[in-house]
Amino acid sequence: MDERNFTFMFYGFAAAWAVLALYVVYLGAREGKLRRQLENLKRMLEEREKT
Amino acid sequence: MGIRNKLIYLLAILGGILVIRNLNVILLHFPDEAAQGAIYRIMFFHVPCWFICFTAFFVAGVASALYLWKRKTVFDNVAVSAVEVGVVFTITGLITGMIWARIIWGIWWTWDPRLTWAFITLLVYLGYLMLRRAIDDPTERAKNSAVLCIFAFTSVLITYKAIDWWRTQHPGAVLSFRTGGGNIEPAWEMMLLWNFLAIGLIATAVLLIRTNQERVQREVDALRRRVHEL
Repeated sequence: MDERNFTFMFYGFAAAWAVLALYVVYLGAREGKLRRQLENLKRMLEEREKT
Repeated sequence: MGIRNKLIYLLAILGGILVIRNLNVILLHFPDEAAQGAIYRIMFFHVPCWFICFTAFFVAGVASALYLWKRKTVFDNVAVSAVEVGVVFTITGLITGMIWARIIWGIWWTWDPRLTWAFITLLVYLGYLMLRRAIDDPTERAKNSAVLCIFAFTSVLITYKAIDWWRTQHPGAVLSFRTGGGNIEPAWEMMLLWNFLAIGLIATAVLLIRTNQERVQREVDALRRRVHEL
């Protein structure tokens, strides 16, 4: 394979998957944050309904 | 584990297996192209990314229309999720295209009609996401962004047709359903479709995750309002 073309081909593949991977990581972080917020709010609601 | 989560895992695993299988064929079985060398292989990701991006924006447009008709929040959830996924694949499509162009054209970018409209499409849908952040009321947010989403799809149509309507530096149509056949190696065309399927499965899994997160976000917002009322 032509070396320069192969290097750029590798960059292209890497860039495509890096963008998707970053988005999946962002979704994972968002999932964790939402789950924590939901648990905290449910706990706060229970405490306020008791008082 | 619910049915939704099982479906997400199934789609992601199937998509992953297909991607690995496709990469094996693309890298180890396809020879270099006579004029382009190794770089032509980017086409096998660049083209499917754009197919998926256009499909995602189409889904968003349909979901937005359904929201305006039925006023059910599930359609708004699908619309915003599909736009986000579409934006991700638009960025991927632009980056892979730029890397290919650097080698073949000697430049990263040119303001030809296809590329320009692709960039406009990205800006329009980024505008959609920004509009949603600017509106606090959920009903107003859903309604206004649904209207924008439907009109935004015109930029997708123009991007798609740009290579037919104008003289562009971007390569012309190659797939059989647009040209009637003969413009591309059959094996390459089949690989484009296989990669569309593989990346499409992964994109669908991501869409399902994002849609569920939007539903949970609404639940969080509703609980927050109840807590503040008490």
